[in-house]
Amino acid sequence: MSVVSTGDVSEKTLQTSDLIYKYMRPEHLPQIWCPGCGNGTIMRDVVQAIDNLGLSRDKTVIVSGIGCSSRAAGYMDFDTIHTTHGRAIAFATGIKLANPELEVIVIAGDGDISAIGGNHLIHAARRNIGITVVVMNNNIYGMTGGQYSPTTPTGDYGTTAPYGNLDRSFDIAGLAYGAGASYAARGSVYHVRETIQLIQDGIRNIGFSIIDVASICPTYYGRKNKKGSAVDMLKWQKENAVTMEQAARMTDEQKKGKLIIGVLRQAQYPEFTYQYARLIARLAKEREE
Amino acid sequence: MGKVVLMQGNEACVEGAIAAGMRLYAGYPITPSTEIAEISALRLPQVGGTFIQMEDEIASIACAIGGSVAGTKSMTATSGPGFSLKQENLGYAALAEIPLVVVDVQRTGPSTGMPTSPSQGDMMMARWGTHGDHPVIALSPSSVEETYRLIIRAFNLSEKYRTPVLFMMDEIIGHLREGVTLPEEGSIEIEDRLTVRFPDPKRKAYEIKSGRFIPKMAPFGKGQRYNITGLMHDESGFPTNSPEVAEKLMSRLMHKISDHYDDIVQYEAVGMEDADVMIFCYGGTMRAAISAQEELRAQGKRCGIFRPITIWPFPERELRDFAPRLKKIVVAEHNYGQMVLEVERIAGKYCPVEFVGKYNGTVLTPQDIAKAVLGQEEGKEA
Repeated sequence: MSVVSTGDVSEKTLQTSDLIYKYMRPEHLPQIWCPGCGNGTIMRDVVQAIDNLGLSRDKTVIVSGIGCSSRAAGYMDFDTIHTTHGRAIAFATGIKLANPELEVIVIAGDGDISAIGGNHLIHAARRNIGITVVVMNNNIYGMTGGQYSPTTPTGDYGTTAPYGNLDRSFDIAGLAYGAGASYAARGSVYHVRETIQLIQDGIRNIGFSIIDVASICPTYYGRKNKKGSAVDMLKWQKENAVTMEQAARMTDEQKKGKLIIGVLRQAQYPEFTYQYARLIARLAKEREE
Repeated sequence: MGKVVLMQGNEACVEGAIAAGMRLYAGYPITPSTEIAEISALRLPQVGGTFIQMEDEIASIACAIGGSVAGTKSMTATSGPGFSLKQENLGYAALAEIPLVVVDVQRTGPSTGMPTSPSQGDMMMARWGTHGDHPVIALSPSSVEETYRLIIRAFNLSEKYRTPVLFMMDEIIGHLREGVTLPEEGSIEIEDRLTVRFPDPKRKAYEIKSGRFIPKMAPFGKGQRYNITGLMHDESGFPTNSPEVAEKLMSRLMHKISDHYDDIVQYEAVGMEDADVMIFCYGGTMRAAISAQEELRAQGKRCGIFRPITIWPFPERELRDFAPRLKKIVVAEHNYGQMVLEVERIAGKYCPVEFVGKYNGTVLTPQDIAKAVLGQEEGKEA
């Protein structure tokens, strides 16, 4: 979606090309993601949100971990760091502490952020450090070839779940909410406008923000679970999405199999680097007195 | 002469680090290094720096690397089990060329081992702990005062060579209290990493200009807009699968250390001028070795001590110079035999290399070392 030209130069395509030349590194495109992958759309949503907010390219840092999602960092024309598996949030924490003026955005996958990196996720949320995490949640380990992840629904298949997944699956936005994130939301690849808005609001939030975006992986998750083509998977998102407000009026039975999108929490808690700057100022004042 | 103060080894580590310019500490509590975190928590906000207690050891080193990427001199400290956990990200910092100081106050292992007991059991992990080939600089202090001065050098080397520097303390020095003569104010030499004066995204972040051995990079947030990765990368900082590029990068990373051996390697020789027997030791073991050597000298034995201050790269040239005129080398260390392998490799063809070690949580006494020196000698005479 982000780089395809249909020949018919619609307004939308033009806008996408503009985004490419403004915020991407065209010399490193096209990206390596499979045809139909949702990650390109989410990457585009992130740069659109950055553009809408008018963030400085020089003061915005993109941090990624390991996996399909992690490749996003290299395509984006900011200071970018592709770190180790699961540790993107911990690296991002150091960058934010060293220079709180920077807008630090983490792009991570579901396995990256909630399995190997789960500890960093909950503690960054608890600490309320001012970074924004965008999750490319495709319900599978794609880079390694389709193993089940913490967000693979129970009963679904992966190469390491040949008889169906016995685990219960994580709700990543809900996990961050429970750990105290001051902004937690869920978007989807189909719901582009809504997701851009959620990412914008997440970046604008002073504390820790997470936007868990339902991606699609037709190559592995889709094929293993007979979800059809990329278009079929997008249609599923369209037809099964309900808003938080709608979900609030639904029974648990009705919510089963639905994709609930929107904001779980938007609240104001003291942000960590701000608190720390205040501590430094207080100690300096005490020394003077 | 500067002020004399009473300090604990772990405290000297923090004070020296602050003097070197450390302004970010990320750590996780673990015995016997915990005082480094506690004192950093107290001191850093006083000097405008930041302390953070992370959720685990892996997060701590990751956070410190992040701080360094954004231009702040950063450190993390730990002990045995935590040092194991940090290994993956150590390799990341080595490959991505991020300056960083990692302190390991060694305790008896393996596993949880004996948490409050001294050890020097992580010396080979310091060299080979992270996967893959990689360059490494590791230093080891043998007194509280040397801890203060050497941690400054650790930061300087890490900045100069853009590489993680491992500061291999042991519980003996970490928890030792003794007088420290602080350097005169303004007398401390501080090295800062090369940075770009006019950041430009068109510039290749990892380009090596002739006459240099490290890239000149701006901290994040200055407008250079470059990419850092733990994948093999070309001079632009982007991943590559090219065998030629990978080989060139690995070769440069190894050579930037080995070509500067004379700048990096330091050692101390005590009474080696006329010695025919050498005690080889490092770190806290030096304390017992000194007493042993004095006692042996009093008995008329021509005994000297060779103590590497830089552990990695190993001071092999100096050891090779001494070895041919020795009757024997006794390697004393608090482990089952680690650096002795390196001594055997270098000196084994010139003279016998004996080992005396402790790995049960107790310390080597001067008598243990003296006995090892004498015992073998007597054996030979008989």
